[in-house]
Amino acid sequence: MITPRIPHKWGMVVDIDRCTGCQACVIACQAENNIPINTEDRYIQRRAIEWIRIERYWEGVEEAVKTGDPSLVKARFIPVLCQHCENAPCEPVCPVYATYHNNEGMNVQVYNRCIGTRYCANNCPYQVRFFNFFQPVWPESLYNQLNPHVTVRTRGIMEKCTFCIQRLRKVERKEVKEQKRISDAEFDSASGMYGPACVRACPTDTLVFGDLNDPNGRVAKMAKDERGYQMFDRLGTEPNVIYLKKVDLHASESAHE
Amino acid sequence: MQERIPVTEKEVNEDLLKPVFTTPIWWWVAVAVMATGVAAAAGAAGFMFVNGTGVEGINRPVMWEFLIVNFVFWVGISHAGIMLSAILRLTQAEWRRPATRAAEVMTIFSLGTAALHPMMHVGRAWRIYFEFPYDFGRGIFPNIRSPFVWDPSAIFTYLTSTVLFVYVAMLPDLAIARDRSTGWRHTMYYVLAMNWRGTPRQWHLQTVAGILLSSIILPIFASVHSIVSWDFGMAIAVEGWHSTVFAPYFVIGAVWSGVAGVITLLALMRWLFSAQKYIRPEHFDGLGRLLSVVGIGWFYFTMMEICFSLYSLEPSEIAFRHLQLMEWPFNMLFVLFVTTGFFIPVALFMKKSVRRNVAAMFWISIFVNIGMWLERYMIIIPGLMRKTGLPFSWGSHSPSPIELIIVTGSFFAVALGLLVFSKFFPLIPLSDAKEGEVLRAEIQVGKVRVPAIVRE
Repeated sequence: MITPRIPHKWGMVVDIDRCTGCQACVIACQAENNIPINTEDRYIQRRAIEWIRIERYWEGVEEAVKTGDPSLVKARFIPVLCQHCENAPCEPVCPVYATYHNNEGMNVQVYNRCIGTRYCANNCPYQVRFFNFFQPVWPESLYNQLNPHVTVRTRGIMEKCTFCIQRLRKVERKEVKEQKRISDAEFDSASGMYGPACVRACPTDTLVFGDLNDPNGRVAKMAKDERGYQMFDRLGTEPNVIYLKKVDLHASESAHE
Repeated sequence: MQERIPVTEKEVNEDLLKPVFTTPIWWWVAVAVMATGVAAAAGAAGFMFVNGTGVEGINRPVMWEFLIVNFVFWVGISHAGIMLSAILRLTQAEWRRPATRAAEVMTIFSLGTAALHPMMHVGRAWRIYFEFPYDFGRGIFPNIRSPFVWDPSAIFTYLTSTVLFVYVAMLPDLAIARDRSTGWRHTMYYVLAMNWRGTPRQWHLQTVAGILLSSIILPIFASVHSIVSWDFGMAIAVEGWHSTVFAPYFVIGAVWSGVAGVITLLALMRWLFSAQKYIRPEHFDGLGRLLSVVGIGWFYFTMMEICFSLYSLEPSEIAFRHLQLMEWPFNMLFVLFVTTGFFIPVALFMKKSVRRNVAAMFWISIFVNIGMWLERYMIIIPGLMRKTGLPFSWGSHSPSPIELIIVTGSFFAVALGLLVFSKFFPLIPLSDAKEGEVLRAEIQVGKVRVPAIVRE
C-alpha cells in the first residue's frame, strides 16, 4: 500500500527586526551544502557563492555627515536567500528545464540538466542564483567534511538555496511513517531537529521555517503579521519567503514616508 | 545613369569570374592573417572549455557579457541579406543587383559566427544539444517558453533559407563556372550546378523559386531579431532590458548595421576585385539613401526607449539610466555611440557627394558598426550592472583578454569565410548583372531612345 504524503508548502519568515547581521546562517549554509570556500579574491571578483547572504545597508549617512553626529548612522541587515517564488521568473527562461517548481512550493534546481546559460541568474530579481565559474575545490583536509546528502556541483552550472531539501526529505519520511503532520516546532532553531541549516544556526530567531499549509503552524501565523511583506511584490513573483519589516522606535517620522 | 559603362556578356563572364579562377598574392596573405586570427580565437575558446567559463570577465550580476554582445551584433549584421535580396527584390529596386550575393553570403557567415557565440558562452558547452528538440533518450523536451529555445529555431531557419536563397540564385553562375573550369573544380561545379543548361523552363523555375523564397523569407526578417531582442525583453529582473519596444528597435538597428556592413563589403570588393564596372557610385548612392531613412528611424527608437524609461521615474530605472548616461566610462561610450552610430553617418549621408564617394562610404559604414556594437554593449552590460532593487548586489565589470580574443576572432572568421567563398564562387552575381544590362538596354525608335524592355 502506498501511504499518502502530506501536502506541504514550505515557507520561511524573516524577521528583519531581529537580525543582528552575525552571518551565522551564511556559515551554516556553507557547511551544510558543500559550498566551496569563498576566498577574498572571490569576493573582489564578485564570484562568491552564498546561498543566503546578509545585505548590509547604511542608513542616515547623509544626515550624520550634515550634523556631525555619527550615532545617526544605522546599519540595516536583510538576509536574502532564494525566495522560492510561486511565479518564479527564473523558471520559464531555462531552455532545458533545469529549474522548475515542485509540488511543495519550492523552486528546485536539477544540476544534471543545467547547461549554464545563466539566463535564470539574469532574470532573478533577488540575485540569489550562483554560477560555478570554475570547478569548485576545497583544501585537501576538507574533502572528508563534505555532506554526503548534498551533491557536489561541477563547474558550469547554476546552484541556489534548496531550503535544505535533504533535511526536508528526512521530515517527509518521518511523516509517512507516523502518518501525522510534523509540527513547526521541529524546525525551530532552539528545539527542533529538522530545519534548514540557516534556521537552526540563527541565534536570534530571525529565520523561522515551516509549512504554510499548516494553519496552526508558526510560519503561517507569522506570515499574517501586519509587518509582513514580500520582497519586490510589485514584480508579481509571489515569494514563499515573507519578510517582517523592522520596527524602529528611534527613526524619525519622516524616514518612513 | 551616365556613369554606367555598357558591358558585353563576355566581359561580364571574364571580369566576374576572374577572382574565382586567379589567385593573387594578397589573397593568400589575407587568408593567412584571417586564419591566424581564427586560430587564436579557437585557442582562446579551447582554453575556456578546459578551464571553465570563469576565464571570461563574468561575475554575479553581469552573467552575460561580450560573447552575447557580439552574438547580437552578428545577428544584426546578418539582416542585410534579407533586406537587400528579398525586400529590394520584391520592390524591384534595380540598383540592388551587384550587392545581393555579397549581402546574402555575409548573412551566412555572420549568422554562422553568431550561432557559435551562445554555444561558447554556456557553462557546459558539451551539453548544448540539450537545447535542441531532439530526444537523445533524455525524455525531456526543451522548455519552449524559454527565449533561448526560440533563438536557435529562428537562427537555423534563417540560416537554412539564406543558404537555399544563395544557392538558387547562384545556379546559372555555377553553370558558367562549370563550362569554364577543368579538373576537380569542374567536377565540383558540375555537381553543384545540377545540370543547369539555361533552358527557358529552368530560367522560369529559377525565377519563380527566387520570388517565392523572397516572400517566404520576409516573415523571418521580422522574427529573427525580434526573437533575439526577447532574450532581453523577457527578463523582468533587468530594468534596462524589460521593454516592449525592443523588437522593432532591434530589427531596425539590425538593418542599420547590416546594410552598413554591406557597404563596407562592397567597397572592399570594388577595390580588391577591381569591380569598378559593376559596383558603381550609384549603388553606394542607393544604399546611402536607404540608410539615411533607416538610421533616422533607428535613432527615433533609441531616444524613445530612453524617454519611456525615464518617464516611469522608477528608482531602479533611474539608477540604470544614470549609470548608462552619466557615469564613467559609460558616459564616454554613450557619446561615442551616438556620434559614430548616428550623427556622423546620417549627417554625411545627406550629401550626395559623400554618398557617391566610395572611400567616404567605406569609413562611414565602419563608424556605423562601431556605434552599433557599442549600442548592444550599452544595453547589455550596464543593464546587468544595475539590476532591480538590491543596491548591495549591484556590480561592475571588466572584460578578460580571453573574450576580447574571441570577439576579435569572430571578425576574422567572417572575413575568412567571405575570402574563401570568393575563391570558389563569384561574389557579384553574373546572371543578375547580365539581366540588369538587358533591362537597361535602349533601342532607337525614330528620334527617341526608349527602354528595350518595359516592366509592368
